[in-house]
Amino acid sequence: MNRFAELLDRLVLTPSRNGKLTLLTDYFRAVEDPDRGLALAAITGDLHIAAVKPAMLRMLVTERMDPVLFGYSYDYVGDLAETVSLVWPQTPGNLPNREPTLGEVVARLQAASRSDGPKVLAGLLDSAGTSARFAIIKLVTGGLRIGVSARLAKQALADFGKVEVAEIEELWHGLSPPYTALFAWLEGKAEKPRNTALALFRPVMLSNPLSEGDLEKLDPADYAAEWKWDGIRVQAVAEGGIRRLYSRTGDDVSGAFPDLADAMHFSATLDGELLVGDPRQATGTFSDLQQRLNRKTVTPKMQQQYPAFMRCYDLLQVGGEDLRALSFRERRGRLEAFVGTLDPSRFDISPFVDFTDWQTLEELRRVPPHPIIEGVMLKRWDSAYVAGRPKGPWFKWKRDPHTVDAVLMYAQRGHGKRSSFYSDYTFGVWTGAEGEEELVPVGKAYFGFTDAELKQIDKYVRDNTIERFGPVRSVRADRDNGLVLEVAFEGLNRSTRHKSGVAMRFPRISRLRWDKPANEADRIETLQALLDR
Amino acid sequence: MRESAVSYNRLPAAELYPILGIMRPSDLLHPRPEGLYCPPGDFFIDPVRPVNRALITHGHSDHARSGHRSVLATRQTLDIMGLRYGENFAGATQAAQLGETIALNGISVSFHPAGHVLGSAQIAVEHQGTRIVASGDYKRQRDATCAPFEPIQCDVFITEATFGLPVFRHPPDTEEIARLLKSAAQFPERSHLVGAYALGKAQRVMRLLRDAGYDRPLYIHGALAKLSEYYQSQGIDLGQLEPATVESGGKDDFTGAIVVGPPSAFADRWARRFPDPISCFASGWMRIRQRAKQGGVELPLIISDHADWDELTATIRETGAEEIWVTHGREEALVRWCELEGIAARPLHLVGYEDEGD
Repeated sequence: MNRFAELLDRLVLTPSRNGKLTLLTDYFRAVEDPDRGLALAAITGDLHIAAVKPAMLRMLVTERMDPVLFGYSYDYVGDLAETVSLVWPQTPGNLPNREPTLGEVVARLQAASRSDGPKVLAGLLDSAGTSARFAIIKLVTGGLRIGVSARLAKQALADFGKVEVAEIEELWHGLSPPYTALFAWLEGKAEKPRNTALALFRPVMLSNPLSEGDLEKLDPADYAAEWKWDGIRVQAVAEGGIRRLYSRTGDDVSGAFPDLADAMHFSATLDGELLVGDPRQATGTFSDLQQRLNRKTVTPKMQQQYPAFMRCYDLLQVGGEDLRALSFRERRGRLEAFVGTLDPSRFDISPFVDFTDWQTLEELRRVPPHPIIEGVMLKRWDSAYVAGRPKGPWFKWKRDPHTVDAVLMYAQRGHGKRSSFYSDYTFGVWTGAEGEEELVPVGKAYFGFTDAELKQIDKYVRDNTIERFGPVRSVRADRDNGLVLEVAFEGLNRSTRHKSGVAMRFPRISRLRWDKPANEADRIETLQALLDR
Repeated sequence: MRESAVSYNRLPAAELYPILGIMRPSDLLHPRPEGLYCPPGDFFIDPVRPVNRALITHGHSDHARSGHRSVLATRQTLDIMGLRYGENFAGATQAAQLGETIALNGISVSFHPAGHVLGSAQIAVEHQGTRIVASGDYKRQRDATCAPFEPIQCDVFITEATFGLPVFRHPPDTEEIARLLKSAAQFPERSHLVGAYALGKAQRVMRLLRDAGYDRPLYIHGALAKLSEYYQSQGIDLGQLEPATVESGGKDDFTGAIVVGPPSAFADRWARRFPDPISCFASGWMRIRQRAKQGGVELPLIISDHADWDELTATIRETGAEEIWVTHGREEALVRWCELEGIAARPLHLVGYEDEGD
């Protein structure tokens, strides 16, 4: 249990992706079955343990210690799980010779009935040390919140076994904790597990961004062009009565889109974009789509107001026949025939963009016909469907980003290599009547600048600090003083969480405007105009 | 008197003191703006402003200040004050031997090890049968860089409360150092920057690394140099220490290195000379995850020179004191615990001590 507890503690404080991968692969190497597989399941959210409510936890602890002292402690720490793990009374004579393993903890928790759950939990807490107690409480209260996605965990498995992450993704939905066969394969001790489950995820094919000079080397006749839709890339798989919608990283998102899942009356694997609206009439905007995102449950009203549909790009498999090795041209032909048989309110095809030369396409790309289009996709007519991001067959050619001139307001110290630099910037634009203008924060960015520019901004922050709050500095920013940053972003959403009412998508610093006076930075109205387009 | 009484407040009722011809504890020591004052002895303990006569428990700057007319402290505390403030930090100095009784204006004073940092001492003040122990800062964990705490039987025990909450339980320091060494092995391409206070904590961390078998050079920030050298001169082996300066090497030379410096230095431009550093912080505060997170600490090391909750409560019992005065830190929780245990306790509102220091 201690090794798992230590892993959680390290992961939560390690900001860098590579650092997290090292911690995970080392853990998989050092820890035996079934503990490592259970840890993996806990991280990917596939470990199912009956939850214990916070009120129960509080009751258990105040039965064991003075409620006033517990109150002081909780006030100070602020987190219930952590407080309980720290104050839980230790009776030295009572400790077993060794702490329980993760496997033992999970087995006891899973075997506990609803009524004896609290007693079992208390027994486990009695037998564990401080760190292990914290991990146990996290397991039973649900949600580890350690900043590790299922995707990253799968990448760590791939690194551990020196295989492609696509292989892990393809296997994943046929496996279950504690993944003994998977680890045996990754360690070279057994054959790759055979997947016999139905409606599995097939690793998706991704594109590369078109870079400077790429077009000159490409022949327009070799490529088809489609609009690039800014929804959610999904894979719809139906087989033997099982219907699943997967995200592009293989997470099962069917639960959030029951309306679309219900319409999957077929036996095939489709690749496409999930959007909202009715494809025969109007496609919803990104703000509309947002209404359906990140929800565990979805009301009938929501499904009616923002119905989900799929705009299909590709057909990977139909009735047991694997089409992935065919050319894009052939697959597209099959796709058109196939989608024609489906419910037209739930499925349509992403239309081609007609062009003969790159110049024409460039002009079309600049003025897309719908706000949810973020550019064009180029696909070689002869390309097979390959997992991952091969260079050459598919390109994405994005619309130019929006930019805004904003004023630097706060700077926060970075992590790791950047721990001595103020590298995370909050910036704002002007609002308010003439003569009473003030800055309102509109976003935060921590990349887009060179190392040399980072040094310059860092110096500026240190020289113009007006207040400090821990790792954050408030920087002088008024009508006469301030650093103007040109910020590039992909789009703007309405936000009720931010004072400015807007939230930027993918903001980054595109240019430092040392030359521009702060009072000439943009006003909030400039951004609001973008929202309404 | 110390063993027999059973009542809630075992000291005589206040009005009986003059009749019994003994001093009330608060006549012997009480807080003044300058610090804890002993009127019959005319001296202060750890005064925060310059005074005529100061008794000093240990060398941390919030307890040991310069500019007093005379200072009584252990030899090592005096040496440390000299290193920090220069030789003329006080008008006159007197070294106290541990365990030896000194009479000051008829008041008996003695120094006893506190286990906090090198030279740290508790100060026992005794007069007409009443003994008060001002413990200064103390801990009970074993520490190879200073003499261990000795519980002194007394009537009134003045305890710190820096970590006076039941959430503070320091793990064994060897476990924390093992985590640091494990991380150094896991990330050999990076450097580990260990934030540790310049007096005491830094040397303890270095000594723990040595005791764990780490024999590569340790790189230290300039602020640690004089004090670490002094520790070495007192027979505390810290192994090979190298200045963490750019002159001593380029970025590559710090690959895989363990660097020790004051915590503030790691947010500074100074830290840029190290390759992809992992920021570590050796402090009792690291027990609280949010503290580590806010400070951008990647590897918190829960190593403290202050007593944790269990040590505080165990020490209060061991001294047999009938009354506890609680100072700097989270007084209310410790006072509450004493109430539950039937021990008289009150917060002693002293000003000027940084409860953040660890």
